[in-house]
Order: sequence, then structure tokens, then C-alpha cells
Amino acid sequence: MIPATFDYVRAGSIDEVVDTLKEHGDEAKLLAGGHSLLPLMKLRFAAPEVLIDLGRVEQLRGVRDLGDGRLAIGAMTRHIDVMDDPLVREHCAVLADVTAKVGDPQVRHRGTIGGALAHGDAASDLPAALAALDGTLVAQGPNGSREIAASDFFVDYLTTALEDDELVTEVRVPKIVGPWGWRYEKFTRVAQAWAIVGVLAMVKRSNGSIEEARVGLTNMATVPVRASGVEQALSGRTPDAIADAAANAADGTKPSSDLSASAEYREHLARVLTRRALEAAAR
Amino acid sequence: MTRVEMTVDGEPCEHEVEPRLLLVHYLRDVLEKTGTNIGCDTSNCGACTVHLDGRSVKSCTVLAVQADGSQVDTVEGLAGPSSDGDETDGWHPLQKAFHTEHGLQCGYCTPGMIMAAKDLLEENPDPDETEVREGLEGNLCRCTGYVNIVKAVRTAAAELREGASS
Repeated sequence: MIPATFDYVRAGSIDEVVDTLKEHGDEAKLLAGGHSLLPLMKLRFAAPEVLIDLGRVEQLRGVRDLGDGRLAIGAMTRHIDVMDDPLVREHCAVLADVTAKVGDPQVRHRGTIGGALAHGDAASDLPAALAALDGTLVAQGPNGSREIAASDFFVDYLTTALEDDELVTEVRVPKIVGPWGWRYEKFTRVAQAWAIVGVLAMVKRSNGSIEEARVGLTNMATVPVRASGVEQALSGRTPDAIADAAANAADGTKPSSDLSASAEYREHLARVLTRRALEAAAR
Repeated sequence: MTRVEMTVDGEPCEHEVEPRLLLVHYLRDVLEKTGTNIGCDTSNCGACTVHLDGRSVKSCTVLAVQADGSQVDTVEGLAGPSSDGDETDGWHPLQKAFHTEHGLQCGYCTPGMIMAAKDLLEENPDPDETEVREGLEGNLCRCTGYVNIVKAVRTAAAELREGASS
């Protein structure tokens, strides 16, 4: 399978990307690691007239400490480099752990955090993680930059709040401080496939009880979902309450039915995986 | 057309290519290095795995223009020189181990398996069975049931460790 023809622009700076986007509008697509976009282009589901390669924009790589209790991860930081980054490992290891479940090793060597998020596929793992972390994305366009909360960024299937002339420059996540535990449970058809359902549970423990619980669901709607009913039901309770709370994990979700699973089966998986993830996170 | 320059299996090369040319087609059709196979063509099966700047990638999902300025290593560059009469003695320990442990039947996945395994062993010289299986989760084999592939990788790992310590 061969992509349709396109004009190729190898950008060297964020400004050059913004200028090129401004010129071409929705005829242009940004190429990050290419592991979401190139398969779509090969199937001709996507046929951009202009492809702007971000691979040489060094400003978009790397992790820094923002000094306000958050880390900023450059949009073009590859999954493998997020997983191995000392700042991420020290302050937000949950993100490293979820990233280690993305795709397979070859995909993680090419795919980027910004690309995976900007693609806006609710079946991919990082959107639910960013939602559970209450992270943000920084978008830059011709009128400057703006910060968008994860809860506002994902709008619909493969649709985000990004304008046609904006790119994601970095992803911001809070440092995880205190006695938090977490687990990402991912149910797949075969090892490296997309999640049929994924659940990230994060639990902050204090004196044997759950001070705060967060649950992010992958592929339970067209956008990542927080299981807020489960989270509220666990606040201040002991881990004994997990099984009852997890029974409500599918409340308010709208999973799709497809070749891999029916919506009912996805709801079942969400309940089971939420229980497992919470039990592991609370241990 | 866009000019690309890269080093493939140690040899510098330079061509004008269409931007939509996939790296695997550049390797096979332009450089005539057909050791790298195309399997599913959808980044699932891993048959097209090569190393790009030292890390395993699926070359059906990389544009040749993205590899500009990079070092590409394919299964064809793996074997060292062989002595008279025995073409196998220059083989890389992974190539030898896939042979001796019967880590293949039809052999179609083998170039990708070997390149994925090479990356794994560079990161983890002594993987246990689970680590080998997880390290190769991006590579599909429809013949062997993976048992002998795992054996082959662990056998090669032992030989590489011995070679490193001697």
C-alpha cells in the first residue's frame, strides 16, 4: 500500500511549522512519529496535500521541570524516551508505565507523545492517562500559544480542540507526590493490538483508606472518559469498597460495537478491569 | 522529488526519491536489499523490522525521507566475513541460533524477528522467556508457535554474553 502523493515540507522550527500550517490550512497534516498517520495514509483514509515533517524540530523534544509542580514533555518526545526519562521516572512514573504499554517496541521507538495525543484516538492509551492525570496540552498557532486541559482537548472520534493552524508543542503533567499507587490494565485481542478496553487506576492511600482515586477509561467512548462515579464512591473508603464501586465503571460511557467486541462486552470489561486495576493500585 | 542520504549496512547512499516512498521500498526496490521482507504492510507483523539509528522500527511505516541523515541496519548487514567453504561461520549469533534451534519454518518473519531480537539483546543481554516474548511482541510468526524462536534468542544471548566476557 502506497500513500497518495503529497508535498513534503521538512520543518526546522516551530515558527516554520506555524507558517506552513497558516498557508495550507486543513490541506496540511503534521507528521510526528507517523505511527498513527502513515497507516491511514497508506489505506488512503487520509490524503493530505502537504505533509509537514516535525522530525527535525529539536525544540519539540525533551522533558523539563516547569518548577510549578509539573513536568513539560516536548510533543516530539518518542515513547521510548518518555519511558526512560529520569524526570518522568522520578516524578510521574505512572506516565512511563502507561507509555510502556503503547503498541510494541518498534512502535515505541518511533511514536511520540504529542502525535499519539493529537491523533485523538480513544483506543490509544495515552489520552485516558492524560485525562486521569488532569494533564494539559500546549497548542501553538499564528496568534500565540494556549494551554488546553485534557478534558477539553478530546472532542470526538479522531477530533481534538486543535485548530487547523495549530500544533501541539508540549504536554504538561503534574508531579505525582505522596503515597500513590497505580495500574494500567489493557485488554487486547493480540499482544500489540489496540486496547479493546483499557483502565488506568490511580489510588492515593492514607492510613489504610483511599484518600483519592482516579480512573481513566480507554476506548469506552469516542473520547477518553473518567469514571467519576467510581472515583467519588471510593473517596475516604477502604479498599474493601473497590468491588462495589467498580461495578459502576461503565456508567455514563458510550462504547462502540465493532469486530473486536460489542458495546455490552466493553461495559463488562470496563467493570472487571476497573476492579483489577484499583485492587492493584491500592495494594 | 526529495534528496535523501543515509548509511545502509555501513554503505553511504544518496538518491532522489518521491516523498511518499516507504523506507522498506527504498531498501528493497532502490537499493535491491531484499533481505528485509514486507509482510502485513500495516505495522502489525514486524517482518520489515530494521534498525534506524540503532533502534528497531517497522520500515513499512517509515518514509524514506524520514530516514534522511540516519544510519539504517538491515538483516543483510548482520553477518561478518566467512572463511572458505563455510558460509555460516560469519553468521551473527542470532542467525546461527535461529538455524540450530529451528527458530523458523517458512522463514518469512525471520529477518524481522532477528532484527527485533538484536535490539532486545542490546537493551537486555540476558532476558528470561517472558522478556523475550514481550520484546518480540511486535513480530508475528505463523509457523513456529514461538517456542523455538524464544529458545533461539536465549541461545544467542548466551553466546553473545560469552563473547563479551572472553
